[in-house]
Amino acid sequence: MVASRAIGSLRRFSAFRIPRSRGYICRNFTRSSALLTRTHVNYGVKGDVAVVRLNSPNSKVNTLNKEVQSEFIEVMSEIWANDQIRSAVLISSKPGCFIAGADINMLAACKTSQEATRVSQEGQRIFEKLEKSTKPIVAAISGSCLGGGLELAISCQYRIATKDRKTVLGVPEVLLGILPGAGGTQRLPKMVGIPAAFDMMLTGRNIHADKAKKMGLVDQLVEPLGPGVKPPEERTIEYLEEVAVTFAKGLADKKITPKRDKGLVEKLTSYAMKIPFVRQQVYKTVEEKVQKQTKGLYPAPLKIIDAVKTGIEQGNDAGYLAESQKFGELAMTKESKALIGLYHGQVLCKKNKFGTPQNEVKQLAILGAGLMGAGIAQVSVDKGLKTLLKDATVAGLGRGQQQVFKGLNDKVKKKAITSFERDSTFSKLIGQLDYKDFEKADMVIEAVFEDLSIKHKVLKEVEAVTPDHCVFASNTSALPIKEIAAVSKRPEKVIGMHYFSPVDKMQLLEIITTEKTTQDTTASAVAVGLKQGKVIIVVKDGPGFYTTRCLAPMMSEVIRILQEGVGPKKLDSLTTGFGFPVGAATLADEVGVDVAQHVAEDLGKAFGERFGGGNVELLKQMVARGFLGRKSGKGFYIYQEGSKDKNLNSDMDGIFASLKLPAKPEVSSDEDIQYRVVTRFVNEAVLCLQEGVLATPEEGDIGAVFGLGFPPCLGGPFRFVDLYGAQKIVDRLRKYEAVYGKQFAPCQLLLDHANSPSKKFHQ
Amino acid sequence: MPHDLARAALLGLLHRTNIPKEVVDYITFGTVIQEVKTSNVAREAALGAGFSDKTPAHTVTMACISSNQAMTTAVGLIASGQSDVVVAGGVELMSDVPIRHSRKMRKMMLDLNRAKTLGQRLSLLSKFRPNFLSPELPAVAEFSTSETMGHSADRLAAAFAISRLEQDEYALRSHSLAKKAQDEGLLSDVVPFKVPGKDTVSKDNGIRPSSLEQMAKLKPAFIKPYGTVTAANSSFLTDGASAMLIMSEDRALAMGYKPKAYLRDFVYVSQDPKDQLLLGPTYATPKVLEKAGLTMSDIDVFEFHEAFSGQILANFKAMDSDWFAQNYMGRKTKVGSLPLEKFNTWGGSLSLGHPFGATGCRLVMAAANRLRKEGGQYGLVAACAAGGQGHGMIVETYPK
Repeated sequence: MVASRAIGSLRRFSAFRIPRSRGYICRNFTRSSALLTRTHVNYGVKGDVAVVRLNSPNSKVNTLNKEVQSEFIEVMSEIWANDQIRSAVLISSKPGCFIAGADINMLAACKTSQEATRVSQEGQRIFEKLEKSTKPIVAAISGSCLGGGLELAISCQYRIATKDRKTVLGVPEVLLGILPGAGGTQRLPKMVGIPAAFDMMLTGRNIHADKAKKMGLVDQLVEPLGPGVKPPEERTIEYLEEVAVTFAKGLADKKITPKRDKGLVEKLTSYAMKIPFVRQQVYKTVEEKVQKQTKGLYPAPLKIIDAVKTGIEQGNDAGYLAESQKFGELAMTKESKALIGLYHGQVLCKKNKFGTPQNEVKQLAILGAGLMGAGIAQVSVDKGLKTLLKDATVAGLGRGQQQVFKGLNDKVKKKAITSFERDSTFSKLIGQLDYKDFEKADMVIEAVFEDLSIKHKVLKEVEAVTPDHCVFASNTSALPIKEIAAVSKRPEKVIGMHYFSPVDKMQLLEIITTEKTTQDTTASAVAVGLKQGKVIIVVKDGPGFYTTRCLAPMMSEVIRILQEGVGPKKLDSLTTGFGFPVGAATLADEVGVDVAQHVAEDLGKAFGERFGGGNVELLKQMVARGFLGRKSGKGFYIYQEGSKDKNLNSDMDGIFASLKLPAKPEVSSDEDIQYRVVTRFVNEAVLCLQEGVLATPEEGDIGAVFGLGFPPCLGGPFRFVDLYGAQKIVDRLRKYEAVYGKQFAPCQLLLDHANSPSKKFHQ
Repeated sequence: MPHDLARAALLGLLHRTNIPKEVVDYITFGTVIQEVKTSNVAREAALGAGFSDKTPAHTVTMACISSNQAMTTAVGLIASGQSDVVVAGGVELMSDVPIRHSRKMRKMMLDLNRAKTLGQRLSLLSKFRPNFLSPELPAVAEFSTSETMGHSADRLAAAFAISRLEQDEYALRSHSLAKKAQDEGLLSDVVPFKVPGKDTVSKDNGIRPSSLEQMAKLKPAFIKPYGTVTAANSSFLTDGASAMLIMSEDRALAMGYKPKAYLRDFVYVSQDPKDQLLLGPTYATPKVLEKAGLTMSDIDVFEFHEAFSGQILANFKAMDSDWFAQNYMGRKTKVGSLPLEKFNTWGGSLSLGHPFGATGCRLVMAAANRLRKEGGQYGLVAACAAGGQGHGMIVETYPK
């Protein structure tokens, strides 16, 4: 769960944020008056309730850094010292953010684990003061309350949260390879119970306010308000404050107790957790589960379990100590650096560096209602884009419409949206068989069959009916955009938008520009992709672009390994053991063996020997026998509807036998097999940067991890080179080159990095 | 059954006006929660009341402004020359709402109907589960947002920062004024109704002026534990029916009638059903005034539907806010403040009750009667309705 989730959840987390600007500190002091104004934290007094307001200037979010912490403790000390004040409310003045987490730079600044441990201990010390406060403190939460923000909130005596979509609570530290280091591992289990606390800390998942209330994470909910005599967000925060003040008074007057009634299930659970034997079983089960899912590649989850266990079994002091020490250790791990790097890269790939497009895309049109086309349609209407979905046949269109509806309806089942919202979203999709209304389309994305002549045909048809400003985007995984654009009247408006399947789950979008594509066209494509919620890399045109191109030599190696007699199951376990979320053989089945064959042949022609290795004949024979992978029910494995177990496809034995290659014992150890697969991937990625297909190594890492499942714990091919060492990789490549030849020849850029160890892709 | 109440209203109308039944060209009624057996309740009630079977009748629905819709439908029929004499009314029987079988149960029963052999029937019956029996209750909740109206009202009051005390005070005012009007015999539009097997109801039985202290003791009804909308400052759901005779002026005079009032002009408005569910009057008031070429100061009598104290006070504040007018209504300036001395002076839905489909006619009748009693030319009727809709109407007293 953790490993694969790390990909899925990265989009949502923001435990750590970087303040946008640091040049504001002196400003407020110029208008110093009798009243001491602080930069981030201020307070006012309502009756006998102090209202502490957090509002970091020049930033959309509040983060906990040293400055904020020291101001906060100053303010709290004044409140504790003031006899007129009997209780306090803690609130953010920013709509949409309570506290988004601790400042990631605090961690980056630590050179040793001892320093990181001190950061954790400082947080623990402050929150302990809050917890022991004799004056009740109410945390009034509106917007994101994550990481250190949630640890602060659970140190308070009472929590009230706004029940809106923006209000989420969570401890996403595990996704950065660390743990909640400010008392989180100690307080959460006591507050929500051991199983729920493990779930929160090991998955890093965001919890919405109403769920948080049910779990006991917050005590009261406040409904978001509509317009009154001021903007809704402003008034909602005010209202939250008013309600929180009432409760703070009530707590101080002992009219309200912070204890809450537990449900039967909860009572039973907490009773069971009092039995040491049951607790041991829980630890064991969770550890086994984590071990199975992370394959031991991610140290954070195990340390989290350890810290929780220490606190519960050996008492508070030991628990807090364990937490801070493990925090320090984790902060120095490669895995944490890799995951934090991915976080930074992801933030970067969520921005449009091409500026605001001249024409905002308001009407989208999609050609082809297949798996991809319908998937693109779903993520578009879901974000409010009016979308025309055109297919050639009623049956094809109907299937696509059903796919979109199912996608939305699944959200209703998960209670993410209401059935009414599903209906109004679905109404934004118009299915059709002709080009009606294409004259209003601002962008057309084609997702028709991967065949150049068909792509040419639809391009000409589309250009005949669309306005001049309309962007034509091709969703292809390998056909060069230049060749598609060759028949275009407006090649400057032609671009590639390579989505990944399933579109509603995979976050990556690879945008491909040709030499003729204008910057405005690129800006439009990026804007649409961002609207669809995608993480975007923009690469130059060429066979296979970036992602497919990296995948091809890796798959070629995979075929060779299979030919050498390593079974698909063994291969899968070797690759997942290295950190790939999906095993290599399974991946081929998921992508589709026919697609893999297409790509292998096309790219093989384009790049020649370097992409050789395995024999494409293997794929050809599979396709000929109908083993197309999951979609046809058979590939390397057999897939049965409703059954999760997959068995090997025994019919493959004959194919393997006919193409059998002798294994080379000097490069066939488990580790060598893993590295043969990975180094070819990494080498090709570095070559893409060398050739300028990739603009930045950050995009290369994001593309590999989010699009191809490159192990997140390694942070992407470029981070991997930095952390593992370029020289070591070159050594590996040389070793394999000696056996197999040029396919393993390291590229120049990689050699440059190996020759000067100070060279890093990520500074 | 609802048509019994509606029939009583029709009979009361016949009795009061002495209109010959055969003169009535058309009958239209508003209702919200439909009794399945009498889905066109207007027709069933008319037949039962002895109207000619040659008089067509239809039923309309538009939540709390259903009978307003019935009245304006009548206006339309007359204006377009379809009819000269129309009876418009509304009915709601809150004490017996239809409660349905669950969808699963309904499906099984329908399938059983279609099953041909004993084997098919038995196999269907074997699929029965006890949870099929859990019934589906109608709720006063928005379909689009699933939010109950009281909940929305509480949020609305909070959005406009209206305190519990203000709401209780307004509710107390409504009850006190209604009591006074009742005692003075001003509520002359009431027709006694003999409940079969029980006593005759001859006056509004929900008027209960209490004290602020008593009201303050109540717990919030919707947003618990800190909300401000309580049972005491909400309108209560009750049974009721209303009917009204609407004619072209010429025809009325020709028949020797002395009309009470003109229905001068009307508008319907709609807005966001989530956050502005109950702000219909704010939008309808300036629109209907503008359409009729009048200003706020021309109005002598305001008669607004009181769904909740908080809703009335929120509408007051919204109309008195430049910010709201500019940001949500597309106006340059605020609508203006409403003079409380002209506002619902004989009580309102908070104290008299709110039978959804019947309230509209009561509002218009109260406006007409108040104009005649207190003197004055124009009355303004406004109401909010589920779905985020609203209605405004100008009533003009008939010159004496």
